[in-house]
Amino acid sequence: MLHRSLFPRDVFAELDRLQRDVQDLFGLSPSIRGSARGGFPALNIGGTPRSVEVYAFAPGIDPATLELTLDRTVLTLSGERKATEAPAEGTTTHVQERFAGRFRRVVNLPDDIDPDAVTADYRDGVLHVSVQRRATALPRRIEVH
Amino acid sequence: MNAVTHPTPQQDTPAPAQTRETPALRPRVDIREDGTGITLVADLPGVPKDRLELRVEGDQLAIDAEMAIPAPEDMESVHGEVSVPRYRRVFTLSKELDPDGISADLQQGVLTLRIPKARHAQPRRIAVQVGSMPSPA
Repeated sequence: MLHRSLFPRDVFAELDRLQRDVQDLFGLSPSIRGSARGGFPALNIGGTPRSVEVYAFAPGIDPATLELTLDRTVLTLSGERKATEAPAEGTTTHVQERFAGRFRRVVNLPDDIDPDAVTADYRDGVLHVSVQRRATALPRRIEVH
Repeated sequence: MNAVTHPTPQQDTPAPAQTRETPALRPRVDIREDGTGITLVADLPGVPKDRLELRVEGDQLAIDAEMAIPAPEDMESVHGEVSVPRYRRVFTLSKELDPDGISADLQQGVLTLRIPKARHAQPRRIAVQVGSMPSPA
């Protein structure tokens, strides 16, 4: 469809693309594992002086089936999201956009994290993983005598 | 596909003026139709029940939702794939759907909407009788 490419209608998709380009441009420390955007689940990562916070947007998953591992600094999240119940006879699927199937995402966390101090909870379809930084990595005030 | 019998994702019409300024994500949906109605499933991760707003105005069904994700106050974003804490999507309902009968359920960030068809629009089996047609006078 010609008019679709000439007049992109989904402004937000465009904004998303623009933002992606900008972030690629400023290269948020591209690691060897890359940052596979657009995968499932979507990831947001933040940091505080004491911790690294990872948010995985994975709605509709039984938290017991989520596999979360931390190998040194590499955090791996995998699992499966089942398709909504198999369409019964006489059912028509009009739109199918939601992700279904197995997923796996890998994030390289900063070196100063403490792999033994991890907590994870799942709420409203968002998995929140909080990893503490090692105490020695905290900025310390050095007294001048 | 019969365009009349299912809610059409609205891509062409801009959102209502009062909400136009705030950018929002378009939630991904599945839409299925059976004999008695339509089931719409939408991914709204991060949205608690009290931040979900469903509105029917005329033939428009609007999903408006806001995320509420607890985060440390001094957190700085390092990597963000979800950049806007809001979802919005509008669907056009067709006439044979019954907007008063809509039921909604939000579980673990997944919204399931059931939109029944009005009774008169549900498929009926039409009995075909042979040989009993009154002869046209």
